[in-house]
Amino acid sequence: MAGGAGRTRRSGDLGFRLGTGAFAVVLVLIVCAIGFELTRQSMLSIEKFGLNFWRTQVWDPVAGQFGALPFIWGTLYSSILALALATPIALGIAVFISELCPNLLRQPLVFLTELLAAIPSIVYGLWGIFVLVPFVRSVESAMPQALRSLPIFSGPPLGVGMLAAGLILAVMVIPFTSSVAREVLKSVPGAQREGAYALGATRFEAIRAALFYARTGIIGAVMLGFGRALGETMAVTMVIGNNPRISASLFAPQYTMAAVLANEFTEADTELYLNALIEIGLVLFIITLIVNSLSRLLIWSMARSSSTAAVAAPAEPPTVEEAA
Amino acid sequence: MSARKLLAIAGCAVALGAGASAQTVLINGAGATFPYPIYSKWFSEYNKVHPTVQINYQSIGSGGGIRQVTNQTVFFGATDGPMTNDQLIAAPGKILHFPTVLGAVVPVYNIPGVTAELKFTGPVLVDIFMGKLTKWNDPEIARLNPGVSLPVADITVVHRSDGSGTTYIWVDYLSKVSDAWKAKVGVATAVNWPSGVGGKGNEGVAGLVQQTPGAIGYVELIYALQNKINYGSVQNLAGEFVRASVPSVTAAAAAAAGKMPADFRVSITNADGKGVYPISSFTWLLLYESPKDKAQSKTMVDFVKWALTDGQKFCAELGYAPLPEPVVKLELAALAKIKIS
Repeated sequence: MAGGAGRTRRSGDLGFRLGTGAFAVVLVLIVCAIGFELTRQSMLSIEKFGLNFWRTQVWDPVAGQFGALPFIWGTLYSSILALALATPIALGIAVFISELCPNLLRQPLVFLTELLAAIPSIVYGLWGIFVLVPFVRSVESAMPQALRSLPIFSGPPLGVGMLAAGLILAVMVIPFTSSVAREVLKSVPGAQREGAYALGATRFEAIRAALFYARTGIIGAVMLGFGRALGETMAVTMVIGNNPRISASLFAPQYTMAAVLANEFTEADTELYLNALIEIGLVLFIITLIVNSLSRLLIWSMARSSSTAAVAAPAEPPTVEEAA
Repeated sequence: MSARKLLAIAGCAVALGAGASAQTVLINGAGATFPYPIYSKWFSEYNKVHPTVQINYQSIGSGGGIRQVTNQTVFFGATDGPMTNDQLIAAPGKILHFPTVLGAVVPVYNIPGVTAELKFTGPVLVDIFMGKLTKWNDPEIARLNPGVSLPVADITVVHRSDGSGTTYIWVDYLSKVSDAWKAKVGVATAVNWPSGVGGKGNEGVAGLVQQTPGAIGYVELIYALQNKINYGSVQNLAGEFVRASVPSVTAAAAAAAGKMPADFRVSITNADGKGVYPISSFTWLLLYESPKDKAQSKTMVDFVKWALTDGQKFCAELGYAPLPEPVVKLELAALAKIKIS
């Protein structure tokens, strides 16, 4: 009797499914198209250097010799450094806002962290050159001689370099990680915390339980920040020193993939040079893909292990066991 | 129905656009950033005299200008370094070079306790940028600057990190005074620097130099003048120490005018002559000898004629050096070769 209405509803459902499905397919096609186009336009360089592009260190536009290793190194070094600096702070902000903050302060704090995300990166870059770099230089100069002999602090105190880049990236990454982590913590069911308190947990232990419950989402937040750090261009270019030489030192001027693209693309005057720059884009694309896949894998494996743990001990979240 | 309405509106817009373009000539160009201030001044001044001519210029860099003019996506290009033979062969038609104005590149430095204007020679600049001279009180530098008390400070070299015509002029000069530089580093808009840190743009280099005690870098003369940055003088082939200025840069072009090749692709760094500032260069417009659109061609030739003659008076206020008279004469003769009908 409701067959007619049901059929139109069902065909509406089908249309909706096909429509949204098409959008999802378009997304996949765009990613494939980017990969294809980057490969096609860097063919000259791929054919000439092959895998050596990934492992050699000389970047000499005059001689037509291109190796991307210093840029890959600089990109990963600066992003991991930024992640290491930003994650504890971002998580601290998220926990404070979602768990501990007095109601009156919550909205202003949320607003302020989100404001940080809205600042254009060129502004960060100029602030970096005129404020952060002189500060970093004075810190570097004040470093005791005994520490300066360590490879990680070697080299003259220039101010520009890996440390300045890592610091500026950390500031830029914090709002992203903390916003997502805050939302994730907000979505932890109240029963989790209540359960922890009921078992006699202290406030700290209850928060730890909530963090544990939300851990996949928090890893997602951290990886979002990492992705942002990998691709950040202008601010890093202005403070990293742009020197394509691999060094373990935080003080050494280095280079990132995004920075060399921003710096050299406009003036690349030979085909091979242009192809090599586009291949840098391809390398960045592949590395971003790998990083994202790894973080997905991590989240999947954690989700799987937690679901088996839940089956084994359904009533007790593991972190509050000792408290109970 | 609303879609039909939209179409009708679009149709009207197209018709209006066509009507307008029948009267005005619109020309697109792209290229070097260095001459952008004087070019945009010229385009707006020329538009005041010839309201039907509108010239659009995108300052995307010399490399981009060469690429776009080769692909014929713009009518004219502009570059700080002349096109190479390979690049000219790759273009679909014959491309001519026209020098428009001159610029210079100057050494800037920040040495604690030194306010005097320092003197440099080509070989000393090469040694500093090679990373061979590492202290400011090195006898090589002290010998050139008697009476200046140079500190025992480390030298930090600052260069451009972005590809740039400024870098091209600087390393072109260094490779003319040093075979070692020519062999090891070479000449291009971006090179594999033996030492130092890279700053983005003139402002990046100037910023790093001003902040870093013991730093030395290079910026365009215009940039140093506009921002009142102190810079050193450089010894020319005649043995004089010359400070870059509008007259000393024009003198470099005048010295080169006698040996000007027919296609104007000439480097005037380290030019021979009295009063010549040795790190000077032309900047060029790139035009096809026989463009497809003859109406645009005629308009462009008229404009270039104006720029080379009346337009030169705007140079000095913007810090560019005007072309010397003999070069303008040669160019006007070459301009007549462009097909306008």
